[in-house]
Amino acid sequence: MLQIAIEKELHGANGLLNLELKCDIEQGKFVAIMGKSGSGKTTLLRILAGLEEAQGSIVMKEATWLGAKKPLAVQKRNIGFLFQDYALFENMSVEENLLFVKKDKKFANELLELTELTSLKKESVTRLSGGQKQRVALCRAMMNRPQLLLLDEPLSALDSVMRLKLQDEILKMHRAFGMTSIMVSHDASEIYRLASRVLILENGKIVKDGTPKEVMMENTKGLEGELLALNEQNIATVLLGHQLLEVTFSAQEAKGLKVGQKITLAMRKTL
Amino acid sequence: MIETLTHLDLSPFVLSFKLAGVTTLLLFFVSLPFAWYLSQSRSKTKPFMEALTALPMVLPPSVLGFYFLMIFNQIELNFTFTGLVIASCLYSFPFMVQPLQGGFESLNKNMLEASYLAGKSKFKTLLFVALPNIKPALLTALIITFSHTIGEFGVILMIGGSIPGETKVASIAIYEMVEIMDYSSAHIYSLIMLLISFVVLLSVYVFTHSQKRVGGFH
Repeated sequence: MLQIAIEKELHGANGLLNLELKCDIEQGKFVAIMGKSGSGKTTLLRILAGLEEAQGSIVMKEATWLGAKKPLAVQKRNIGFLFQDYALFENMSVEENLLFVKKDKKFANELLELTELTSLKKESVTRLSGGQKQRVALCRAMMNRPQLLLLDEPLSALDSVMRLKLQDEILKMHRAFGMTSIMVSHDASEIYRLASRVLILENGKIVKDGTPKEVMMENTKGLEGELLALNEQNIATVLLGHQLLEVTFSAQEAKGLKVGQKITLAMRKTL
Repeated sequence: MIETLTHLDLSPFVLSFKLAGVTTLLLFFVSLPFAWYLSQSRSKTKPFMEALTALPMVLPPSVLGFYFLMIFNQIELNFTFTGLVIASCLYSFPFMVQPLQGGFESLNKNMLEASYLAGKSKFKTLLFVALPNIKPALLTALIITFSHTIGEFGVILMIGGSIPGETKVASIAIYEMVEIMDYSSAHIYSLIMLLISFVVLLSVYVFTHSQKRVGGFH
């Protein structure tokens, strides 16, 4: 169990923000954090990692990371961290990046094999593509067999094919090593695929907390469009942005609708 | 001419290079932790320390030389090689610190944090992550410090005297030759200095550009 109860004053672009978070995260869960930029998501990850100071307490299993006399040093927390910009050690090869964390060649090779990077292990990391770099970063983060994996929008700079591939690999690692994972993301499909719990942050506070279905479905306010045509079978043509859509209404729903009217389409909860 | 060349006393050059070598080496070890500290610090005393570091760049060498003369007089370091080394270190301090600090500040902060997250201390991070990733800045710092010490004149004139083999460096030797109107020796010495300086700088630029062509310093 990871118990978080922290407070911090942030001076951001939008003025003063009071970060005030309290939540417990069960061991082995994959939690996603959503929220507008400036809502304190990255700061939360950095406080958990020990890269930023805060008031309050963080207790990981039996160990107090924050709240004792002195916060536990970042080096002693045994955390894996994926940055958006990969943050690889650019003076080292793929393999050296992993071995710098821990001199365990066997484990490094296993990880590289798992992520299909074995053929690149002697390559300088500066020559890799974005997707390859983030896979190296993922392997590097696993080298210490972390008890907590923090992911700060790790896939936002990648194209959709690479994103899917890496989502699989992150999930593979998460399941294989059984650590708790916390990921900041804006991508709803990514969150749906990876996380079993979602927290939504607004102005430094958790405003929603639940499974992806609960949270993100509630979050859907519906899609607003313009009714372009409605035929006798009650099939309506609706303009959604630049997209045309045909929707079948029941006779009752169609009653009173006028062409040119703004209408809201929402999906029913059937999942 | 040939006779002048064969009788050329090379000891001032040897001394200049010895002074520059020792100064660069000492300054590197002193400046490395200091430049690292400045680059990572958010302390309010940082501007104060930066101003103090840059001071030798703007002070006339005679002012520095005068203070050294006064202080060294108390501890009997005037007109000694050790005195020259200490004075050179202080005089060339900003030339070593500033490029290193600039290099460290330009590093991706996340890369350094990734090293801390991997459980590595600040010292290990400095040595194995930060330093190897600022090679151009490191090279600049070393070369500029070395060349600056070779070209030093004012401070040495004030505190060095001109003791052959001890404090008579090349720049002082040339100055003395001009004073006694031995222009042919002054010409040869000056030309040697000019050539050495040019070759050193040229090799630095050639190296820097060749590194850029192969895709950076790695």
